[in-house]
Order: sequence, then structure tokens, then C-alpha cells
Amino acid sequence: MAIESAVLVVGGGLAGLTSALSAAREGADVRLVSYKQSTLRNASGLVDILGYTPDGDGPRTDPYEAIPELPEEHPYRTVGVEAVREAMALFDDAVPDYRGSHTDRNALLPTHGGTIKPTARYPAGASAGLASDTRDVLLVGLEAMVDFDAEHAAAHLRAAGVPFDVRGVTIRFPGDLRADAKITRYAKLLDTDGEVAVRGRMRPAREALAERVNTELEGEARVGFPAILGDDRAADVRTALEERLGAAVFEVPMGPPSLPGLRLEDALFEALDAAGASIETGNPVVDHDGEGRVERVYVEKHGARIPYAADQYVLATGGLVGKGVESDRERVYEPIFDCHVPHAEDRYDWFEADAFGDHQFAGFGVRTDEGLRPTAADGAVEFENLRAAGSVLGGYDFAAEKSGSGVSIATGYAAGRRAAEEAR
Amino acid sequence: MSDAESPTDFDPTAPNTGEAFEPVDVFPDSTDFDLRPGADSCYKCSTCDTNCPVAEVDDDFPGPKFQGPEQWRLKQQDGDHAIDDSVMDCSNCMRCDNACPSGVPLSQMHNTARGEYVAEQMSKTSVEYWRNRVLANYRTSAFLASKVPRLANFAMNFGPARWLLEKAMGVTAEREFPEFAAETFREWWAGEGAAAGSRERARASRERRGEAPDADKKVAYFHGCYSNYNTPEVGKAMVRTFEHFGYEVVVPEQRCSGTPMFANGMLPDARRHAEVNVSSMSDLVEQGYDAIASCTSCSMALRQEYPELFDIDGIEDVSAHTFEAVEYLRIHEDLRGAVAEADVEGELAREFAYHAPCHARNQGLERQAVELFRDLDGAGIEDVGESCSGISGTYGWKAEKYEKSMEIGEEMFEHMEGAEGETGMTECPTCAMQMEHGSGYEIRHPLELLAAALVD
Repeated sequence: MAIESAVLVVGGGLAGLTSALSAAREGADVRLVSYKQSTLRNASGLVDILGYTPDGDGPRTDPYEAIPELPEEHPYRTVGVEAVREAMALFDDAVPDYRGSHTDRNALLPTHGGTIKPTARYPAGASAGLASDTRDVLLVGLEAMVDFDAEHAAAHLRAAGVPFDVRGVTIRFPGDLRADAKITRYAKLLDTDGEVAVRGRMRPAREALAERVNTELEGEARVGFPAILGDDRAADVRTALEERLGAAVFEVPMGPPSLPGLRLEDALFEALDAAGASIETGNPVVDHDGEGRVERVYVEKHGARIPYAADQYVLATGGLVGKGVESDRERVYEPIFDCHVPHAEDRYDWFEADAFGDHQFAGFGVRTDEGLRPTAADGAVEFENLRAAGSVLGGYDFAAEKSGSGVSIATGYAAGRRAAEEAR
Repeated sequence: MSDAESPTDFDPTAPNTGEAFEPVDVFPDSTDFDLRPGADSCYKCSTCDTNCPVAEVDDDFPGPKFQGPEQWRLKQQDGDHAIDDSVMDCSNCMRCDNACPSGVPLSQMHNTARGEYVAEQMSKTSVEYWRNRVLANYRTSAFLASKVPRLANFAMNFGPARWLLEKAMGVTAEREFPEFAAETFREWWAGEGAAAGSRERARASRERRGEAPDADKKVAYFHGCYSNYNTPEVGKAMVRTFEHFGYEVVVPEQRCSGTPMFANGMLPDARRHAEVNVSSMSDLVEQGYDAIASCTSCSMALRQEYPELFDIDGIEDVSAHTFEAVEYLRIHEDLRGAVAEADVEGELAREFAYHAPCHARNQGLERQAVELFRDLDGAGIEDVGESCSGISGTYGWKAEKYEKSMEIGEEMFEHMEGAEGETGMTECPTCAMQMEHGSGYEIRHPLELLAAALVD
């Protein structure tokens, strides 16, 4: 026997979650398996569609407008603009507390480095930080949290010419926290409004934090913090701070590990659970049976190989960083199904000397037919019941384009829906 | 795009490992497990730290990334780098393993460091050492108590004795000791005719199910300490359910899985027990048996910690042939179909508030019970969230850890309160203690519900 489902999604990132969700909402019996916990907690929580074209043209105002001009091998061209719109509608429906769906245009948000990033969707907690807003901003950094240098970020924003005054200050987070306290420690204290010691007195954390910021506030209408303002009760934390500060409060998205990413992960898993899908994490899919058609895959658990069988499969294992695409000195390959990954023979052609050059590796990944089924070097479909989604796909450079989330959502949606249709 | 100048004239297109390159054997004579590849795989994303239930509440605890790869690297330097005391504050929930996107064997590193700390840095005459040792060797206490269960149940929760135990030994008086069963699982099993009785019953089931009477369906039950001494009803449910599906059950000689010993750095104790377990299980595996555990920490120990920590003949085979009970049936039988057709009546026709033990996570089992029972008529199940229960075996029994343990558990208690059911459910005996302690609910095991649905 094997563990069976109609659709099996391999991978628990944004692409895997979206394919599983779209297939489950089509009524299919879906199982998602992920090697580890979702890597979404490494994501900023901002959801981009397209910020720049592959030639570096941008920031683009309207990502949808730019899609038809993309190179033919780009995954957006494979699924088409309409599918991108439908996919974003699925995302908007599944994930509460996100903003940006009211317009096709990109929003501009400040990053923790003080740059301005074009993005299509953003957490409600970041919305008061919009760079198009003209109200003045105070950025608050925390002494122990060196990832966010508020003064530096403010200087960068000023240099970028934002239409408001912005100032940065650094304070000590109230209480006796470790110098390397985890983001979850801050979040837990604020979620539970736990007590912290301030000059020998125990005070609720939210109140104590607001008090420290109040002494620095010079009438700014907006206050930005690094993204540590609670986990389960982030909205309550923000409201409590806003009341005490008399200013709008926002979070600046941070690098990994990231609470906005973690909250997004929770929201998507919740939506998937509500759609009736089965989910498991902790062990990798390592191999498959079948030629031309995938019969089953094997999950390796502590030396045992456990068969999982489905009618349709979605490959959403990530790219070079996520290990969905692997490389050694000889070749670049996809490790589970050994799908073809186009690459130059000489590995010194895979990258450029310039760190920000036009690296070939950025576009490594499987190529597909119009139904997202991976194709061999000769263009023939590798497996009739296998589709690929997210950064395991090649033909685009998400880091340069700021298109990572959008491609994952769009291809995940399209792959999941097709898989569900076929599984009927 | 950055406007930074290129800092060196390093040319990445020219190979930098020229003819002068000689590979260096870094640890030439070490017979220990090589943790270097694991340490090298860590790219310091800190995802593990965001999964640590202790770091979320304990301002003295530096988190898994430090305890694992960073401490390991420090230890490789010349000079005297002792293991940091904080390794004893890790509760060994092993959540960091499931979190690492780079495959760093964090719990293996923590267990190794903790073992070294206890062996080399902890005073063997300290109260803490002996308190930990007694807690870790729960099987010994339970074995003695099971000889006189009624007296033990009274004595272990006798107020003045508990006060003394806290003052003298640092075992919290806040918790009630679990009750010892009047009849252990093994006593019951002997009364049921042991292996021979099981063979007959399994044969009858196979006949009823239309399977070949001599089909090769046989499992070795690793009941662990708790199902034997405290909750024999879980072991009975395991036996009834497996026999129902036509499996012959044997119950081999066994000791503690080692879980509480790993968590307390008592590696020589754990190894002594592991040798017995591996020896009896590997003989059976050779004969075609699979090892089945009903406790997710026991299955975790046999599967993951054994091969990571001990080099014992047959240990890899035992690891690859160990399964959690419900998982095994999901793989080999149409369990989902059977549950969907079944309904529960009587005592267990209730709503359950289910908590997934941390040790179920690395085995991919954290949603198994909720996904299986959501198709079951007559009973309901609701997940009470992904937080850790906070007890982590012996951790929450230590007087100095009790408050933190309850703080970690707070989220679970709240969700239990909010859940419809007023009966708890989990696979882990100590999570069950914590759930009961924080909510007052009675706690059941998924196997009990499965047996009630399919067998009774």
C-alpha cells in the first residue's frame, strides 16, 4: 500500500501552498508534503508580482501591463495575465489582513535597509509605512537588534527623496532581554503584554515600550518599528501602541527570520486546513517510480522509504537555495524526478564576475509546456501527470525582477487547478 | 543595486585551489560522530531560534543556533572552551530539527553537547545531578512503584512527602504524579496468552478479512514505560487494533527508550537501555517484524536519536523499521477508508481537544490524528494549535523550570479552553500530564479512539 491522495504537492513554500489550496478549493483530495517547516518564515511578508523588467527597467507602476512584454520563457507568459489575476484573487481571498488588492498598481514600501520596494500586496501592519504617504515618519530601532539601523534607514529614505520628513532613533527595548533575544521573544512579550522590569518596577510591555518612544516623538504622525510587534495578536499590539503614541504605527519588513513571513505562513496553512487538505512536514521526498507517468514518490523517514501515491503531482520544491534545483561540478539537476534543467556545459559560464551581473544561475530551473509540465531537452513532456510551480521553474530572475511571490502564486494556482481538473 | 566598490581583485572565474592545495584531515583519529558537516551547513538564518519554545520565554537561554553549530565551532578552537551551562535549559523538544532549511542536525548537536557537559562538567555529588538522574530513570521508579501501585499512588502524592521532595531534590510539588495502574500492560498481555494468543486472534481476523491466513503481518510492540506502568489501556488499544487488521503482535523485552535520559544528558544510562532495545528489536526485524511504538517520543528515539548518538550493531535497521502505531496502519492498510465507514458510540463518543507533541513533528505526524478523525462519525477532534505543551518530559518537573514550563504551555491551555471538546487527546504521555495539569481535562490517546471506532 501507499499513502494515497488525488493530488500530491511536494513542497511547502508559497508555490506549494498555493497549488494545494487551489486544487483543494477545486474539490480535489489534496496532500501536501514538505521536507521541513515552510520557508515562508524567511520571507519578508511582502508579496510582489513584478517590480522591474528583466532589463532592469523600473520600478514598474503596473506589473500586469509589463507581463506581455516579458521574454517568452518567463513563467508569467506560460500561465498568462488572466491566470495571474485569478491567482492573486485566490491569495486575497485566502489571506486576511493584507492590503493592495484595490489597485493593479504597485505600492512602494520602505525596507529595513531604507530602500523603497515596489510590491503588489503587503501586510496590514505595514500599510501605514507607505512611501507615497506624505505624513512624517519616526523610525524606531532597538539597540540589540542590529539588523535594523533606524538612523541609517532614515538617511537612505531621505536620499531616495521620499515626500515626507523621516528621522531615526534607537532605543532600548524595555526589560532585561538578552542582547541576542529572538524576534519571537519580543513578539511573545507584546502578544501577552507580559511584564518587564523598568527601573525596578514591573510594567506591561506595550505600555513600557510606548513610553520610551513617546520621549523621542516630535509630532511625527507615523512611527515605524522593526517587524516584532506580536505574532498571534499583532493587530492588538499595534492598536495599543497607536493609542499611547497618538500616531499611526507600522512594521518595517525585516530579513529572515521574519514575523510577517511567519504570520503569512500561518494564514495560508489555516486556509489550506479549512479547504480540507492533508499536510505533513519533516521528511523529504527523495525519489519516484514511473516513466512517462509518475506512479508514486518516496518519502524518506529515518532510513525508511514510504510510498505516497497520487493521480496528479505538483513539484514545488524551490530553486537553488530551496534545494529543488541542485548543482555539482558537472551539472545542474532536479533531484526527485531528474527533470531536465537547461544549463551551459562549462560551469564557469554559470555566473558572472560582477556580483550583480547577469548570472545564468539566477534563471536555472525546469522548463515546461503551456500546462506547466516539465519538458525534456527535446521539448517533450517528461511526465504526463507532473506539474511544476514556483522557483523550481527556470527562465526568470526573481531577485532582479522582484517577481518571486507572484510567480509562485500564479504558477502554484495554475498547476494546482490543472492537477485538480485532471484528477477528476 | 549596490554602489559598493569591488573589495578585492579576486577573480571568481579562476580556480583558487591550485596545485599547492592539500586537503587537511581535520579530525584524524576521532571515533565520535562527525558533526562538522552539520555545523558547516548552518548559514545562520536563525529559523531554528524562532521555533524554540524556551527562548520565547526564558531570557537566559541563548537558543538552538548557539547550542548547536555555534558552540560546536567554539569547541574546535584551541584552548579550553567548556560547554555553556545553558545547554541544560534546552528541553529537547527537537523542534529546531524540523525548522532547519539546511539539514543541520541540531538535536544531535545538543544531545552530544549535553552529554559532554554532564559527563565532564557537572558535579556527580550535586543534588541537581541526582534529581535529574532519578527523573531520567523514570522506568526504575515506575518498576518499583508498579509492585505496590496503591501504596505508590498514595505516597507519591502525599503532601508532606512532596514538599520534602521539592525542598530537598528540586522536584516541583505543583504537579501530581501520574497514577500507576493496578495491572501493568505486560501482566495483562501475559494473561491474554501473549504472542501465541495474538497469533490466533490475528489469524482469525485475517480469515474474516478475506486475507491469506498465513499472510506475513507481524509487529513488535515497543510499549515504553508509560503504557506499561501507567496507561495500559493505550497498549491494549494498540494490540486490539493491530489484531483487528490481522497483525500478530509480539511484546519483546525492552527498557526505557532513552528519551528522558537524552534530555538530561545521561548518555551512558541511555546507551545501556538502548543496547537492550536494539538487541531485542533487531533480532525481530531480521525475522521480518516492524517495531511499533504508541508514544511518539519512543518512536522518535528509536528512529532518530539512536542512530545519531550510538553505534550499536543493528541500530540502523531498527531505526528504519520503527513506526508510530497509527502511521504504520496508514501506510499498510486503508485506514482512512475504515475510519470513514466507522462510527463511535459509548464512552468515547465525544469532542476532543487534540495537541500534537513536538516529537511527532519530525516524524511528520503532527496532523495525523486530526486528519484521520475528521472523517469519523460520532466523535469530533480539534487541533489546539502548534505551540509546545511546555512540559517536555522531565523539564517541567524541575522546580526551577516549572514556571517557564507553564508559561510555554499557556497558549495551549488557552486554545484548549476555547475548543469545543472537554477531553484532551495526544500521543505523548508527558504532554498529557501537562494538558491535564493546565486544563483539568481527562486526556486520551488516539489509539483508544481508533480501537473504539474499529474494534469495539
